[in-house]
Amino acid sequence: MPAGFSPSELAYLLPEFVLTLGALLVLLADAFLSRDRRGAVIGLSLVVLAATGAALAWVGAPHQTIARGLLSMDAFGLFFKVLVLVAAALTLLMSGPYLAAEAMPAGAYSFLVLAATLGMFFMASGVELITIFIGLETMAVAFYILAGLLKPNPRSNEAAVKYFLLGAFSLGILLYGMSLLYGLTGSTNLGTIAAAVANPAAVGRPLLLVAVILVVAGLAFKIAAVPFHMWAPDVYEGAPTPITAFISVGSKAASFAMLLRIVVLGLPSMAEEWRTLFYVLSVLSMTAGNIAALTQTNLKRMLAYSSIAHAGYLLIGIVAATPRGISAMLIYLAVYTLMQLGAFGILVLMRRGDSAGDEIQDLNGLFQRQPAAAVAMLVFLLSLGGIPPTAGFMGKFWLFGAAVEAGYVWLAVVAVLNSVVSLYYYLRVVVAMWTREPEGLEPRMRPALALTLALALAGTLVLGLYPRPLFDLAETSAKSLGSAVWAPSR
Amino acid sequence: MGWLGLLIMTGLGLGFAVVMILLSSLLGPKNPTPEKLAPYECGMPAVGDARERQSVKFYLVAMVFLLFDIEVAFLYPWAVALRDLGWTGFVQIVTFFLILVVGYIYIWRKGVLDWGPATTSAARAAARAMRERNAA
Repeated sequence: MPAGFSPSELAYLLPEFVLTLGALLVLLADAFLSRDRRGAVIGLSLVVLAATGAALAWVGAPHQTIARGLLSMDAFGLFFKVLVLVAAALTLLMSGPYLAAEAMPAGAYSFLVLAATLGMFFMASGVELITIFIGLETMAVAFYILAGLLKPNPRSNEAAVKYFLLGAFSLGILLYGMSLLYGLTGSTNLGTIAAAVANPAAVGRPLLLVAVILVVAGLAFKIAAVPFHMWAPDVYEGAPTPITAFISVGSKAASFAMLLRIVVLGLPSMAEEWRTLFYVLSVLSMTAGNIAALTQTNLKRMLAYSSIAHAGYLLIGIVAATPRGISAMLIYLAVYTLMQLGAFGILVLMRRGDSAGDEIQDLNGLFQRQPAAAVAMLVFLLSLGGIPPTAGFMGKFWLFGAAVEAGYVWLAVVAVLNSVVSLYYYLRVVVAMWTREPEGLEPRMRPALALTLALALAGTLVLGLYPRPLFDLAETSAKSLGSAVWAPSR
Repeated sequence: MGWLGLLIMTGLGLGFAVVMILLSSLLGPKNPTPEKLAPYECGMPAVGDARERQSVKFYLVAMVFLLFDIEVAFLYPWAVALRDLGWTGFVQIVTFFLILVVGYIYIWRKGVLDWGPATTSAARAAARAMRERNAA
């Protein structure tokens, strides 16, 4: 064993090992199944995720930095790992019916979902720039392929090419920022960088500022914040629906984890500067996202713009950069994951016959045909809009409260106004479901999809009515991030 | 002093090329025909467009080649530093190798390496699924 890497440290990586081996097993199983058995492959992938979850529970959060300071096994990382694991499981669960409707093989698809999840794991616990970057790359490459897996569909091809080109471009910007940080501080370790830039004037403030701007811009692409959001609507519309859901929640959550680690852990002395940057990004994302969503007739595009707006809400937590702000972000990410996956589950339900089912008018009269699904969609939409008693309300309440507490009253006011605007387009969908006459083929509810929707619905309601456990978890996780920003400089 | 020889050599090489091109353009006979002026002229009239559709197999094989090329790029430095890296290095490179082998088995079974009719059942299934989708 090389210095600083003991067998007990390898044990901490058990979830990652289980996930890697499991993903390879899925690939082999698919290669040796004589026919394309979607159920078997997706079932095996879900077992792999369950085993990874068990390994995560066994490892827990030992609060140790392992692998020579590359990975931090803390509660913060664990929170995000559980979050993306749940997102991946729900995505795979709703993928079965969708792949059947599209006559798509499940082998490479499931493998890539697991590979993306593995990348997110490393993004969640990496505390060193190159480790984080490799995690990001693992996730991104899997998503580029997944976005284009609907091979006969030109929109899917377009989505894959756009995602790849803009993704590669943004990774280039991010990497340039990282290389500047390395050049200025002589280290890629976030802790060492924080110590080296404790006095920004000593390392050259202007260049440090350029590095911060480049890193933030590169990451803003990944979380789809305005003005780096142009790829989102096209990619969301073209990619297979469960993958759109996974990109919008998993990729976003993992990118936020990475963003928090880099700026809060690595650059606390530049807090004033990145606070200003995130303030601007937050206001732009909320406003532009919601206004663009107002005019959409395609539900997938509407949800894409709404997810841009949600990135704006989430950035409020990082502008506040208090333990409460960070924990509010974690809470909101968890809540957002459930309600967003639920809404995309309804889109999977609407995929029937030759209809892609992603126009708002495709949901016309859903209440007459599938009352339960229509009610579930109502809850998801109300939650996205932030109406009590759903989880979306608790998330927004905590997030905006954190902004006010940290002294950003105007930001909270803008966010509340935006939430009001967003209700208009969420309720348009509700109007279509309740008051219009149904048209087209009857949507068929499949057991796997019903289970996905039930889980997402239960999560959205339970977290709205009894959020205490989630709040406690998020608070512990946010504290474990441990940063010098906590001591307020303002 | 050692650099002077290099300079003379470079000068000679460049001078030779320039002189030869000048001579052939001054002394050579000029009798241009459309065939001779075409790019990549070889005396024959061009048939068709050079931009032809290639089988997607070429791209697949090129990508697979790239992967195993990268593998070799890792194997060489490992082999050179074999003694220093010891068993840790051995385990690491074998892990890397095994992961690539899984991918290799996968593409083999999926028929990427079949240039004729599909020979494995998985490849036949993939081909059948593609035909069905194209028919639909």
